[in-house]
Amino acid sequence: MKNKILDLSTLDKEKLMALSVYIEALEEDKKEQLIHVLHKAQSLFGHLPQNLQWFIARKLDLSSAHVNGVVTFYSFFNEEPTGKYVISVCTGTACFVKGANKVLDRILKLTKTTKNKMSEDGLFTIKDVRCIGACGLAPVITVNDKVYGNLKPSDVDKIIEQCRGEDYGH
Amino acid sequence: MKLIDKMINLTINGIELNVEAGTTLLEAAEKIGIHIPTLCHLDLHDIGVINKNANCRVCMVEDEKRGRLVPSCAEKVIEGMRIQTDTLKAVMARRTSLELMLSNHPQDCLTCVKNLDCELQSLAHEMNIKEIRYQGEKMNHPKDLTSKGIVKDSNKCIMCRRCVTMCDDVQTVGILSPLKRGFDVVVATAFHLDLADTSCTYCGQCVSVCPTAALAEMNDTPSVWRALNNPKKHVIVQVAPAVRAAIGEEFGFEPGTILTGKVVSSLRRLGFDQVFDTNFGADLTIIEEAKELIDRIQNNKPLPMLTSCCPAWVQFIEHQFPDLLDVPSSCKSPQQMVGALTKTYYAEHNNIDPKDIIMVSVMPCVAKKAEAAREELNKDGLSEVDYVITTRELSRMLKEAAIDFRKLDDEPFDFLLGESTGAAAIFGTTGGVIEAATRTAYEMLTGKELKDVNFKAMRGIEGIREATIQIGDMELNIGIAHELGNARKLLERIREGKSNFHAIEIMACPGGCIGGGGQPYHHGNIDILKKRQEALYTIDASLPRRKSHENPMVVKLYENFLSEPASPKAHDLLHTTYSPKERI
Repeated sequence: MKNKILDLSTLDKEKLMALSVYIEALEEDKKEQLIHVLHKAQSLFGHLPQNLQWFIARKLDLSSAHVNGVVTFYSFFNEEPTGKYVISVCTGTACFVKGANKVLDRILKLTKTTKNKMSEDGLFTIKDVRCIGACGLAPVITVNDKVYGNLKPSDVDKIIEQCRGEDYGH
Repeated sequence: MKLIDKMINLTINGIELNVEAGTTLLEAAEKIGIHIPTLCHLDLHDIGVINKNANCRVCMVEDEKRGRLVPSCAEKVIEGMRIQTDTLKAVMARRTSLELMLSNHPQDCLTCVKNLDCELQSLAHEMNIKEIRYQGEKMNHPKDLTSKGIVKDSNKCIMCRRCVTMCDDVQTVGILSPLKRGFDVVVATAFHLDLADTSCTYCGQCVSVCPTAALAEMNDTPSVWRALNNPKKHVIVQVAPAVRAAIGEEFGFEPGTILTGKVVSSLRRLGFDQVFDTNFGADLTIIEEAKELIDRIQNNKPLPMLTSCCPAWVQFIEHQFPDLLDVPSSCKSPQQMVGALTKTYYAEHNNIDPKDIIMVSVMPCVAKKAEAAREELNKDGLSEVDYVITTRELSRMLKEAAIDFRKLDDEPFDFLLGESTGAAAIFGTTGGVIEAATRTAYEMLTGKELKDVNFKAMRGIEGIREATIQIGDMELNIGIAHELGNARKLLERIREGKSNFHAIEIMACPGGCIGGGGQPYHHGNIDILKKRQEALYTIDASLPRRKSHENPMVVKLYENFLSEPASPKAHDLLHTTYSPKERI
């Protein structure tokens, strides 16, 4: 079949093997553990390309549509490659009221990218996410696992610079 | 704590009632004759189809004690509940839900394929909606026209999830799923693949339950009109067994009315040059299939043998069980047999160039459209069947041509491929193919006359049935499954080596072809399927010949053309092959 999602050759063989080993080791009903498997896969590959989702569906004996449904439901999962820094801007109600959109606009401008698209230098992916449960810190963003709260648009410049600095330092 | 047997007291619209715990408010209201409108809700209990995810909010009622609105399809009765179904609050809530659905729905009802057959439309009428107050952002999804069988137009989707329930829970094929979330959510294939690139079986059960036109059959009527108006072509039509027991519903007849004669005369009125009966092909299929079964039993070949008449089922096994492709019979389906013989036997007999023949089928089925396009069945650039239209499409053509179906006289099928037995009639229902095959296999194996042709153990509507038939000194173990989820269970048994069946019949749709994806919409009324089923058994019982091998025209076909069952020529024309495919 000419279908490109069936072509696994674009995936790193060692990582695929590591994922298979992880899935094999799952003891209980494997189908119920889709989310764990997706987490593991994203930590290995950085994102979840379509052929990888199909591979997972086959391994867990689930339909590809179901796997794709779960991947696209949670904003945590990425179908596209992501930058080194994934910045999630909370646009839940509290953050929105406190100006999350201005923060988001500032970040997009500074990183020269659009939502959910990796920046050209491969450093940033910017996402708008719904409530991350830190309304007291509104407006709030996360940079990878780090949380920054009570932000003004101007605070963003320093954070972005810091990311760039860390990277250039390497 | 066990809740069974516990009875609950409540009032609905002031009427006191006492119902079992676990009953929903919708069911309770029904018991006392109170109608609550529903949309996403679908409960076909007898065939295991239950969609009650309470997401359309059209069935809201007021719970007076708690002072709030609840969805009656999902909310269970509680002791002392006071429910009002017709307060202003409840009615307005229902209207608002519906109006919001209409706010981003394409308003092309006049030209929509589901016009006057649409549940959203009839609900809007029922709820007296005369203007759409909200103007929502419209969805803008491309129409999927890639497959031969099904057209998917997500812009008309109201997210009821009935199709997902059908495809996932009932058929276990899993082609459709809601993708994304919130306003962006869309019921789609994995990765928005074209339907043609998925493992879709085209069974069309999603089409059968879709309340709008988000899922519909591919419209092949323009091609048929063009063929009929081409004076250079000899246009021949065949009609499947299940069509004659259902088409009347489109013209105001009671479900289950047998209308064979009117179907034939209506097709002649449309201008077909010959009207053949797919039942002729069914009789022929039985002879080839019974012969193959006996050969497999006597020569230690792979068992069980599975029937291969149902194209959705064939597609299913190719994608889902590619390791088991030696179990289906190699016989083509009756549709394809009639097609193949029309372009050879009939063409020779009448001295017509097969290239000038156009073969049209009227089928209860959407998957037959895809079957006719299979590579294996289109050798040397000559297709066996050129166009397939569903029962619904035929009724639309008749209405379009202003043919008054109710007033037509009964006419018989045409000579050569028009004769059939009672065994062929029951091909359209679950259990029918294997009963017909058993009648013929019995006489082939024992050489004795089968006195009672009624194998009642094979009849019914349960999803999986088993029967053991004594044939001479051997016991023949028969399995029957309808709906692909039930087929999967039997196939898993075969894969695990736990099956002792000799033969298994599988049909993809609930009830078999009578419940096919191309039949008039049953709108959730399962009794309609039962009546169509009864009609087919009535035809069987009414015919003088009830064994396929007694069909005189089939006997003649072997004498004059094929020589004998399973002959090289029969193999060339009446048998096919399968190929493994990926599951997506």
